[in-house]
Amino acid sequence: MSSSFPYVTVLVLLPAAGALGAAASARVPRKLVEAGAVAVSLVTLGFAAAMTVAFKAGDGGFQFVSRHVWAQPLGISWYVGVDGISVFLVLMATVLFPIALAGARTREDPRAFVAWMLLLESACIGSFVSLDLIFFFLFFEVSLVPMYFIISGWGFVRRAYAAVKFFVYTVAGSAFLLVGILVVAFIHESQTGVLTFALPALERTHFSGTTGVLLFLAFTAAFAVKAPLFPFHTWSPDAYTEAPAGGSMILAAVLAKLGTYGLLRFDLDLFPHASKVLAPLLLTLAVIGVLYGAIVACAQRDLKRVVAYSSLAQIGFIALGVFAFTTQGLTGGVLLMVNHGLVTAGLFLLIGWIYERRSTWQLSELRGLQTPAPLLAAAFSVIMLASIGVPGLNGFVSEFLVLLGSFLTHRWWAVAATTGVVFAAIYLLWAFQQAFHGKPDPATATVADLSWTERVVVAPLVILIVLLGVYPKPVLDRITPSVNEVIARVELVSKAPAHPQVVVKHSPVAGSKREGAAQ
Amino acid sequence: MSFLGFLDGLGGPHVRDGVIHLVVVLASVHALAAVTAIHVPHIRYLAILPEIVMLGGAVLLLGVASLSDRPVRMSVTTVGTVVISGASMGLAWWQWADVRQHGPFTTVAGAVVTDGFSALIAILASTAMLLTALVGDGYLRREGVEGPEFHVLAMVSASGAMIMGQANDLIVIFLGLEIMSIALYVLAALNPRRATSGEAALKYFVLGSFSSAIFVYGIALTYGATGGTNLAHLTSYLSTHALSSNGVLLAGMGLLLVGFGFKVAAVPFHMWTPDVYQGAPSPVTGFMAAIAKAGGFAALLRVFVSSFGTLRPDWRPIVYVIAIVTLVVGAGLAVVQRDVKRMLAYSSINHAGFVLLGLQAADARGVSAALYYVFTYSFMVIGSFAVVTLLGRSGDVGHDIAGYRALARRQPVLALAFAVLLLAQAGVPFTTGFLAKLQVVAAVVDAHSAPLGFVAMGSAAIAAFFYLRVAVLMYTPRRPRWVPPGREIVFDPIVGPQASTAAREGSGVSGQAEPEIAPGGSLDGGTAEGAVATVPRTLAELRLWSGSERTVAVVERLNADLLIDREAEAVEDGAGGRRVRVPPAAIVAIGICIAVTVVFGIVPGPLVDFTHHSTLLLLR
Repeated sequence: MSSSFPYVTVLVLLPAAGALGAAASARVPRKLVEAGAVAVSLVTLGFAAAMTVAFKAGDGGFQFVSRHVWAQPLGISWYVGVDGISVFLVLMATVLFPIALAGARTREDPRAFVAWMLLLESACIGSFVSLDLIFFFLFFEVSLVPMYFIISGWGFVRRAYAAVKFFVYTVAGSAFLLVGILVVAFIHESQTGVLTFALPALERTHFSGTTGVLLFLAFTAAFAVKAPLFPFHTWSPDAYTEAPAGGSMILAAVLAKLGTYGLLRFDLDLFPHASKVLAPLLLTLAVIGVLYGAIVACAQRDLKRVVAYSSLAQIGFIALGVFAFTTQGLTGGVLLMVNHGLVTAGLFLLIGWIYERRSTWQLSELRGLQTPAPLLAAAFSVIMLASIGVPGLNGFVSEFLVLLGSFLTHRWWAVAATTGVVFAAIYLLWAFQQAFHGKPDPATATVADLSWTERVVVAPLVILIVLLGVYPKPVLDRITPSVNEVIARVELVSKAPAHPQVVVKHSPVAGSKREGAAQ
Repeated sequence: MSFLGFLDGLGGPHVRDGVIHLVVVLASVHALAAVTAIHVPHIRYLAILPEIVMLGGAVLLLGVASLSDRPVRMSVTTVGTVVISGASMGLAWWQWADVRQHGPFTTVAGAVVTDGFSALIAILASTAMLLTALVGDGYLRREGVEGPEFHVLAMVSASGAMIMGQANDLIVIFLGLEIMSIALYVLAALNPRRATSGEAALKYFVLGSFSSAIFVYGIALTYGATGGTNLAHLTSYLSTHALSSNGVLLAGMGLLLVGFGFKVAAVPFHMWTPDVYQGAPSPVTGFMAAIAKAGGFAALLRVFVSSFGTLRPDWRPIVYVIAIVTLVVGAGLAVVQRDVKRMLAYSSINHAGFVLLGLQAADARGVSAALYYVFTYSFMVIGSFAVVTLLGRSGDVGHDIAGYRALARRQPVLALAFAVLLLAQAGVPFTTGFLAKLQVVAAVVDAHSAPLGFVAMGSAAIAAFFYLRVAVLMYTPRRPRWVPPGREIVFDPIVGPQASTAAREGSGVSGQAEPEIAPGGSLDGGTAEGAVATVPRTLAELRLWSGSERTVAVVERLNADLLIDREAEAVEDGAGGRRVRVPPAAIVAIGICIAVTVVFGIVPGPLVDFTHHSTLLLLR
């Protein structure tokens, strides 16, 4: 099942080693440090790509698993592996980091910046591949620190406020996560006598109805803040806007996925019953997020904030797919995680370049960018159209699957969310029109088009967006088996006759009611 | 012999106390002798060898210094102390090996116990002593107070902490407590040139004496209720007797808790901590934080978990409340501190709250977690105060947070070291701080006190904020980065509007004409929901806006963000901008602290096993 080469461990350690190297390179010229960081992230991408190629399609379980005891009396072990869900998230992260490092460079202190970015890459990959809950928590937390420093060190005017808000919100959420993890492990210990934090072992733990719901809420608190789901999102527009371009890219594209991935991987796997019970709540929040994000995005006069709020709406779509409990919905959710990463990172990258040229994001001042910078406008329009969900680009595939999947089980939520797609077309096209069309004012008329470096950096994103829109089959083939395992588990446990009293007691879900009646 | 004078002046009442207690001890020994046959208690010297070496070494060093004609050179004293501490540490390891092989044992008529727990505390105390000797060396040279007193007193204090770890009798605990504390009172006053030092010592002494008196009263009530002070006696008495009315016992237990709470700086017995930590010489503060917590928690855990184990339902709720207020007050008040030493003082209160979680869990997992916490915290706090000592400069006064600004640019290695130690205290993963917090929180969750775990994690979040603030400050250059040239002065509150006029005229067009400008030109980028979206972005716009209330409001908001920045510039323009000299001994000490913190954070096995086994070998 597992290959002999420890891909996953290498993927986690390589960027961290690069970060150490960058931090220690006091006398090296800055250009060399930046190039080195890009090289390290490209090598990481190479490993991730090799792993994805070697990944066996059709196998829903974990592959490339490696396990070593870390702290024996505490039951913590280095237990990593990927399945069809996490392998693409890892790949997405490893694609985006080189682009962010090469495309969104900073002028101040690039050594520290790239060191933080590489450490962040390590933490993100670590979170996606950890099968030990403590290690997951650990990487989940570690990801905060570089992001905090990136926002507060290289951010814009209100970076201090945004960084602290981001940090406090997410740490407060994580407090619940850690306590939740510990409770799960101790309940497992009381049932089996073994103290372990390994996900496959903890999956078999039985929770009583109320305990399961409370634990589900504790886990969800952390993930909902990180994702962010409405109403835990208030930190995100500030953080997205104040972070430097590279920070915004990673924050919206990769860090947000830690939250949605956590919902999928841990909430559904550990608490299938509670997930089913509370799904209407989560779905409602998701739909509110979709609509709220879309409506607020329409009202923004600032290009970066438009994208920040549109990101919130997309996260709502992901949650909608995850809690629909259908193969299509979940597959669409996972695919949307990847697609949203590519699209949002692309938008923030281009917005960063616009800022470099015009020193503003105000839509009212950005007029007629298309005339002096046609390539920039072209790249922006492709990525923007993908975000809207135009067929032929990647956004369409995933949004369609999500809506299809949720329509099968939760019709009215899906109907409400569909209006979000319409809104997305409104605010993004509107923003595009304001920024790129029209007659440029004198300051805009002299703006340079994309340089060769910038073209090379943005090209992979555009290619991937088109490719995934035209031919998503290889990705879907690998995601679906893993998703089916999750769904099978949720269905099995939530309808298990072992806890009939639980099913009857907490069953606002129609399916469970029927089950109870049948008995 | 100013030292003895000092001891007399400060320790006078305690010398009297000591005599009285000696009489009490002799009387109890006499009573014991009257009950059983007359015999001299057998002493197994291995049990008390680390203390003997430490105390004997202190006496030897003092004797040599007093008798020699010329002043003993600082290097001799330091090397001597390091050797003595090292020897004591070696003996403590020998104890550990012996206990692992043959099991724990008691000696001196059951008054002293040697088990894994005590060996760990002895190792910790001697290591703390060794590190402090290295840190203190440079400090004493810099401040011109060379002499053996610092090292001698510290060694006496360390031996007191060891005794507390080994005590199997309330009276012996008290002896250890007093040996440790009296030396610390004098140490706090060590630098005669600092007025705050004397003030700190006096505060510590007066409040410490109160707490000692309360502690003794607790012993007396416990004795009255159970008929003995030996912990083994207490354990067996409480497990075999059902007390119909145990008010006296509970009162005694409560008073003991107050006494311990004072030593470990738990809220509401923490009032002395910020003043004393701030006033005491910086190496002493680090030593005090490590040693007093180690000794205090060692005895606290042993007495409460082991001897008062049957009374758990009575004291666990009390500890629950104390832990919560300690966590919250420590973290909350640390946020508003401007002095690094005061901040670390409140943070040490917060850490005490975390260790109390281990006590609250009141089981093997909790004790093991608390031991791990105390052990690892000692290295973090000694290392942190070693850096603070260096940055305090001559006179030990430069402790304003603003002085840490841009330290990374002046002294990158020192800044990195401090950052690592602060992050470890914040509980960042892959340091021992993370595992320490993880274990205590796991212990309370396991002991069905999950809400306490939430509070602890919440306080850790607050704590992370103020640790990170210092860490960020060290890596933030003097000038606020986001302000592009040509505009900075407009928003600079120090220079005011006159300069802004000059800037306007001088710089011509604003940032957009200069593509090289760093990010951050747009003021409105960060406003919440576009509330101040029409704030000027260009100088032309600002010209229209200047003088209007809106501009003033924006400037004020920015000022709030830059509060630390401005004051930092003021400090830096003064004495703060120079590099400080880092003596090799301090490098070694800080290096050891960081090595322990990071290595055992990445490879936790050995240290976790160590505390785990120490707990298993706890004599019950």
